[in-house]
Parts: sequence; structure tokens; C-alpha cells
Amino acid sequence: MNATTATLKARGVRPARRLRHALYAAPALALIALFVYYPIVENIRLSLYKYSAFSPVTRFVGLENYRQAAQDPVFWQALLNNIAYAVVSVVFQVGAALVLAAALEELIGRRLRGVLRTVYFIPAAVSMTVTGLLFQFLYQPDAGMVNGALRAVGLSSLEHDWLGDPGTAIWGVIAMSQWQSFGYTTMLLTVAVQRVPRELYESAHMDGAGRVRTFFTITVPMVREMTGLLVILTVSQAFLVFNEVMVMTGGGPSNSSQVLGTWLYASAFTGDDMGYASAVGTVMFLITFAAGALQLIHSRRKAAQ
Amino acid sequence: MTLTLDTERSAPHAETSTTTSPGTARRIRPAVTRLLACCVFAALAVAVLYPLCWMALSGLKTNGEIFSDPWSLPGEPHWETYADAWDQGVLRYLLNSALVTSASVLAVVLISAWAAYGLTRLDIPCSQPALLLVLGAMMLSPTVALVPLSQLLQALGIYDTYWALIVLYTAFKVPFTTFLIRAYLLGLPTEVEEAAHIDGASRWQIFWRVVVPMARPILVSAAMLQALFAWNEYAFALVFITDDRLKTLPVGLADMAGRLNSDWPMLFAGLTIAALPMIVVFLLGQRHFVRGLAEGVGK
Repeated sequence: MNATTATLKARGVRPARRLRHALYAAPALALIALFVYYPIVENIRLSLYKYSAFSPVTRFVGLENYRQAAQDPVFWQALLNNIAYAVVSVVFQVGAALVLAAALEELIGRRLRGVLRTVYFIPAAVSMTVTGLLFQFLYQPDAGMVNGALRAVGLSSLEHDWLGDPGTAIWGVIAMSQWQSFGYTTMLLTVAVQRVPRELYESAHMDGAGRVRTFFTITVPMVREMTGLLVILTVSQAFLVFNEVMVMTGGGPSNSSQVLGTWLYASAFTGDDMGYASAVGTVMFLITFAAGALQLIHSRRKAAQ
Repeated sequence: MTLTLDTERSAPHAETSTTTSPGTARRIRPAVTRLLACCVFAALAVAVLYPLCWMALSGLKTNGEIFSDPWSLPGEPHWETYADAWDQGVLRYLLNSALVTSASVLAVVLISAWAAYGLTRLDIPCSQPALLLVLGAMMLSPTVALVPLSQLLQALGIYDTYWALIVLYTAFKVPFTTFLIRAYLLGLPTEVEEAAHIDGASRWQIFWRVVVPMARPILVSAAMLQALFAWNEYAFALVFITDDRLKTLPVGLADMAGRLNSDWPMLFAGLTIAALPMIVVFLLGQRHFVRGLAEGVGK
């Protein structure tokens, strides 16, 4: 195949033809350069300035915006919330989802397994706005089903105004997010689990190894490419969270459930502190870029193997 | 965690030599674990489906019913709530979402397929840096750059128009989609293209008549992933569209929730209408969804 590609390419040596060929990649490159690379570079530059949307005056302030962030309790609260988001998401959407995917594969017949995977995925096909508004009602202190369910099983002492209490608001949002997304990663992990050769399990079972044991000694090591990748993706997503927080709590009460994304939005479009918002954006960029770079190294290493 | 993984790397082989003694418990325990696991699977399925079904049914109730007895079925279904929600703006938002989604699906698949074709099959100047530029963009998320993006869109004169969303949804997903299609093209044999070339077909004809039909499965997967993304996207739609007539479903519904001020049945009806299209698309094309996801993440 390499030889045929080479002959295909060898024919197009004339410069004019090479330029014409470049037209195929041109729209993609132009779009990416203008709408992906440029805004991110510009964002870093803007984070060194103080200005507002309504005045044309920009003032260079160096790293002042970053110093402001370091002294801003809401910024730290938001960062902590993102970290909590990342940790919980990794536990449920990678850890628990892997157990679920392996158990489905191991214990359920083909047809039913497919049906269950499909059912679990359904919430992921629904907008975060829809599930967010739905759960906003489910979390309501009086009529909400969460408290209703607690009452029904005799745990009314745990009843709570989940989104109205600064102590629980972000956890309510995080829990909703797990409900919505675990089916997505379960689907991906199933694909990985199915690629593990069955003979490995069969010989282990013949030697008397139980299911729990084969899960840890065969499944976990064999799918670690996928889990590694999913950990990185999940963490990266957790630092970009925006929609569900915005819809369910708007960052409140009293900024307790702010995440970096909503704090950026609030700083820019409510507080009109554009430079500061850019600085928050740059912090998000650095974290997600690091995750992305890890992912690249990860897949490079895999390709090299 | 890495440590345990590393020590267990050769475990499958080690396992074969260390046999645990089989006992009677082995025959009973699998049945019990299977039963327990089935209960967990069923409970999860209920936990996933129940809230969604409840949402659809609550659209048929009255506000009083929802608050006095949230668990019950609607006494007398109020279908008119769905009709009202439709008229309250859901239709408008739905059309906007449909327009933005279909335009960006078309654009992203076309532009990415061109790029993937150019970068895998043709001789292009600086193809290596170009490839890096495209794939490297997968690591970047422009949602962190809301401020410069809004300035850029204003400078281009497309702020607060459909174009803002179409262009951004396309540009944002071109890297991933190109990556997906490129990986697929690299695995396809080039003989048919060769033969078409010898028969005198132009590159353009080869692209449309040979490459597109052969890459159809991955193009469909890419289109479905893009549809899911564009239909549900919120941050760009919130920041770059202020005209109520142009709002897409995710933002429109959030607005509607504020506007209706606890007319919950109407809201639930609207949410259900918004959720249904993508659920249907997913159920119809889940094979393609899974393929796209697996190829994109698994490679």
C-alpha cells in the first residue's frame, strides 16, 4: 500500500499541481488557524491587559490579572470545584464504568447486553440544559423526587435543599453529570473489553481464578490504553465544565458552585473585567493543554509499541 | 495506580501457574453474583430511564399534580401543554438548532474529508506541518477563549448571526473529524483510486466517485457525532447569540425556564421535545455512533 501511495504522490511533482492539491486542505487549515489557534494566542495576550467591553482604553498591566486571580477566593473555590469534578468523574466514569462494562460482558447475554448499553447511553444524547433543568426540579426541597425518595425509604433526616445550600450545590451538579455521562464511557470501555482475547479468561478460569480476580489481573491491564486515555479526556472535560453549572445553579449560592468556566463568563460578561476573564481562560487552557499533551504522548507511545 | 498496573502487566501468565483450590462455593457463588449484578444492571437502567420518562409524562400533567403527587401518572393527559410549549418558542428554537446543526454537520464532514484526502493521498507542500497543525488543534479547546472569540466574531460582522455558531461548531470539530477520517482512509486500499486515475479521472472526480463512497461508514459516524455536539452545545450559543429569534434549543430552553417562572408542565414538555430528536437519531444510528467513538478514542 505504501508503494501505491508513493506512485500516486510521485505523479504530482509539478509545483502548480502541488498547490492545487493544497486547496483540499486549505479550508480546514484556514478555519483552524482563525478560530482555534488565533483566539487562544490572543487570549494569552489579552490576559496581560486591563480593559472593559465598553471603553476602548486598554492598559497593559503585566501579570496583574494573575495576581488578582491568586488573591481571589472565588477563583480558588472554582478551581477546587473543578478538581472535585475531575476526581468524582474519574472514579465513576472510568473506574465504575469499567467494572460495569466488564460485568456486562461477563454476566449478560449478547442481546440484553446491547440493550442495556444503549439504555445507559441515552442521557448522553440529551443536552446538559435539558438534564440540568430536569434535575433542578428533582433536587427541589419539597416536590423534588430526590427528597421524596429519601422520605420513602425512611431517611427523611437526609432531606436537603440540595442546590440551595452552598455546601451541597456543586455536589448536586456533579452527581447529575455522572448520571448523564457514565453510559458514554461504559460504551467506549465495552469496545476495549471486547478486544481482550477470550482465551486469556478461559485459561485463567480453568486454573480456578474467579471473576473478581480475572478482572484485576486480565481486564484492567489489558484495557489500560483506553482507561488511560479516558482518564485524560475526563479530567480535561472536567476543567471545561460550563453548561450544567450555568443552568442548575449559575455558580451560586454565593459563588459556592462556581467553576472556572462560569467564573470566566461572569467576570467577562457580568463583571466586565475582560482582562481578568482572559487570565482565568489561560489557566483553563494550561490545564487542558497539559492533559491534551499527555494524551498525545500516550497515543504516540501506543503507536510506537 | 501505575505501580499496580505495571506489576500486573505479566499477570495473565503468572495466573496460570498459581491455581486457587476449587471448592463447592465456586458453583453457588457465580449464581448469586449473577443475580446481584442483574439487580444492579436493572436498577441502573431504571435510574437512567425513569427521570426521562417522568419528564415526558410530567409535560402532560397540571402544575398542581406535579407538586401534590409527583410520582403518579397524569390523571388526564393534557396534550395541549405540548402544543403550547411548541408555540411558546420551542418550534423557533428547534428550527434554529436544526439549521445550525445541519449546516455544521455538512460543513465539518466536507471540509474534514477534503483535508483528510489531501493529507493522505495527495502531494501537498508542507504536508507534515499541516498535519501537525490540524491534529495539534485537538488538544485545544477554544471555549477557554470566549473573550477574544467574541471580539473576532464582531470584527468579522457575524456576531449574533447563525454564521457565528455554524463557523465555530465547524472549526472546533474539524481537527477531530479530520483525524477520524484520515485514520479510516489510511486503512483503505488505494487500488481503486489508482485505477480511476489511470482511466483519466480527475482528483475531484476520484474524491467524489471513489473516496466518498468507500469512506461512507466513517463519514456517517462523523456526521452523527457532530450532530450530537452541535445540537447540544451551550457555551458558544449562550455568548454569541443575543437575538431571541436566533437562539438554539439549549439556550432557548434555559431562557424559557426563567420566563415561564415555574410553569413546570410547559417546561417539561419543551425539554422533552428538545431531547427527542437526538435520542431518536442515536437509537437509529447507534452502530455508527459507537464506531465513531471507538475509532476516535481507541486509536
